[in-house]
Amino acid sequence: MTDIATEPEIHNADVPGAEIPGADRPVRRPVHPAIEVWHHFRKNWGAVGGLVIIVLVIFVAIFADVVAPHSPIEQFRDAFLTPPVWAEGGTSKFLLGTDDVGRDMLSRLIYGARFSLFIGLLVVVLSLGGGIVLGLTAGFFPGIIGDLILRLMDIMLAVPSLLLAIVIVAILGPSLTNAVMAVAIVYLPHFTRVCRAAVITELTKEYVTASRVAGARLMRLMFKTVLPNCMAPLIVLATLNVSSAILDAAALGFLGLGAQPPTPEWGSMLADAQEFVKRAWWVVTFPGLAVLITVLAFNLAGDGLRDALDPRLKQ
Amino acid sequence: MLRYIATKLGLLIPTFFGVTLLTFSMVRLIPGDPVELMAGERGIAPERHAQLLAELGLDKPLLLQYFYYIVDVLTGDLGKSFVTKKPILVEFFTLFPATIELSICAILFALILGVPAGIIAAVRRGRVVDYTVMGVSLTGYSMPIFWWGLLLIILFSVNLGWTPVSGRISLIYFFEPVTGFMLIDTLLSGQEGAFRSALHHLVLPTVVLGTIPLAVIARMTRSAMLEVLSEDYIRTARAKGLRPWRVVAVHALRNAMIPVITVIGLQIGVLLAGAILTETIFSWPGVGKWLIESVRRRDYAALQGGILLIATFIILVNLIVDLLYALFNPRIRHARH
Repeated sequence: MTDIATEPEIHNADVPGAEIPGADRPVRRPVHPAIEVWHHFRKNWGAVGGLVIIVLVIFVAIFADVVAPHSPIEQFRDAFLTPPVWAEGGTSKFLLGTDDVGRDMLSRLIYGARFSLFIGLLVVVLSLGGGIVLGLTAGFFPGIIGDLILRLMDIMLAVPSLLLAIVIVAILGPSLTNAVMAVAIVYLPHFTRVCRAAVITELTKEYVTASRVAGARLMRLMFKTVLPNCMAPLIVLATLNVSSAILDAAALGFLGLGAQPPTPEWGSMLADAQEFVKRAWWVVTFPGLAVLITVLAFNLAGDGLRDALDPRLKQ
Repeated sequence: MLRYIATKLGLLIPTFFGVTLLTFSMVRLIPGDPVELMAGERGIAPERHAQLLAELGLDKPLLLQYFYYIVDVLTGDLGKSFVTKKPILVEFFTLFPATIELSICAILFALILGVPAGIIAAVRRGRVVDYTVMGVSLTGYSMPIFWWGLLLIILFSVNLGWTPVSGRISLIYFFEPVTGFMLIDTLLSGQEGAFRSALHHLVLPTVVLGTIPLAVIARMTRSAMLEVLSEDYIRTARAKGLRPWRVVAVHALRNAMIPVITVIGLQIGVLLAGAILTETIFSWPGVGKWLIESVRRRDYAALQGGILLIATFIILVNLIVDLLYALFNPRIRHARH
């Protein structure tokens, strides 16, 4: 899917000031890593397409008040289950039709983008933060503490993610915030393990020893010296996990354990729509399509980012 | 090999106890105590409350409670459901075959389509086929399967009327379950049309549950195949003048399947999580649906037992996968000697 030609020689040649043998120029400054990543990233059509969709969804989510034609919870009593505009009986007032209590589908989907993005990003920020702290600790203290952390993560991995999330929601009670917490906890082991693996590799390098010899304290060593060099795999994991987080939170919403009605969250919209499978296909089709497109966009962009950050991983 | 098995088993025991710790603390983390939960909204007299606490051993210190819990678990006593009052072990194993049957069908579906698709994509790398396979599989990987299930129901059950909407078999057939696997039981019962009916009921849930494993297997097969195809021994095989399909199907595939087998093992957890959603959509009477119902009915005893059993099952499957992996790949089992 994500095949991009990564040939550093050619790539360096388009950068202004590239070294030309015998040229009477100063040696070029190294390209900023972010720019280099972007150079790789933009060659991948799928990834760029994913990024465009993500930007679009973010835009729609931020400006939902302006973009949405109606309020997401306003009920039009004269328009229950109106089909989309192109179907028979549809009106241009409700472009994607209305649901069983006369709410505009399009507006609900637009507001729903807020929830899905919020969920995806918050989950990843929480589990990334937690994973970094646990991973650094496990990496720096490989004895009992490290083993304990790793064992705990193994146990969490033994329970299927959705099931663990369901258990956590069952303990905390069903709500959007608790669903976010649950999914964030479930993703913790992945971040912890990736972070620890990276930390262990970095700890054997000389710059860490140098820093230690120079008298750097533990906190400085952990967060300023080692952590920045462990970020690449964590960033990739984070991007790819945004999509899983959106999916899992939608699944919880669908099972009635996430966002509660009348919140226009895509998963819980689908839960409400289930009984109209036979009568109103649009109520079922659009929320799921929104989830699919958003998740696909994050996966495409995540794959592209992975290849751009580490061409060796490219398969 | 024996030493390898011993190491793996040694690692397994702490994980199992960790899971029991998780399920043990789960019920105790819920606001209110189990007796209040059992009593429900009607409430309970303080004396009866204390009496029940003592009966359940909940008045003892936590460490002792955990010890009793472990003893119970190891002797196969997982308690009784708060709602149906039946032993949880019995409830679970009555429903488990339905989930297993569905999962086996789903993984077979994923393998039968995914492996050839991955091979074709690898062999035709960079061509239209490759991009199509990878595009479709990324879409499958991103699919909210609960929605996918509803879409398939709209198309095949509601509009075309090809498949039933829910359940495992048409209600007109009745027979005593022997194995719990509907496909086998219907054949054993000898009733005409029963097997067909069971098969019809299985199609859509299988496709829905198999979609994500299918995507993962196709991607994994492709990348494993690409790696193997660039190896020297493949070039040698080609240079010997072997037919191209023989090089791919015999020489390359055998080595490419090793990572794929591991991935299938890892998919067991994904499958069981997917089963929760699939069973809910199709009213499939398996453990996934039962667990969700337990959450809704606040039947924490059932939830606790169910999670312990599923986690144990996954741990065991992973062990088997590890052992199979070592059996296929001598480098692994000799690595630590």
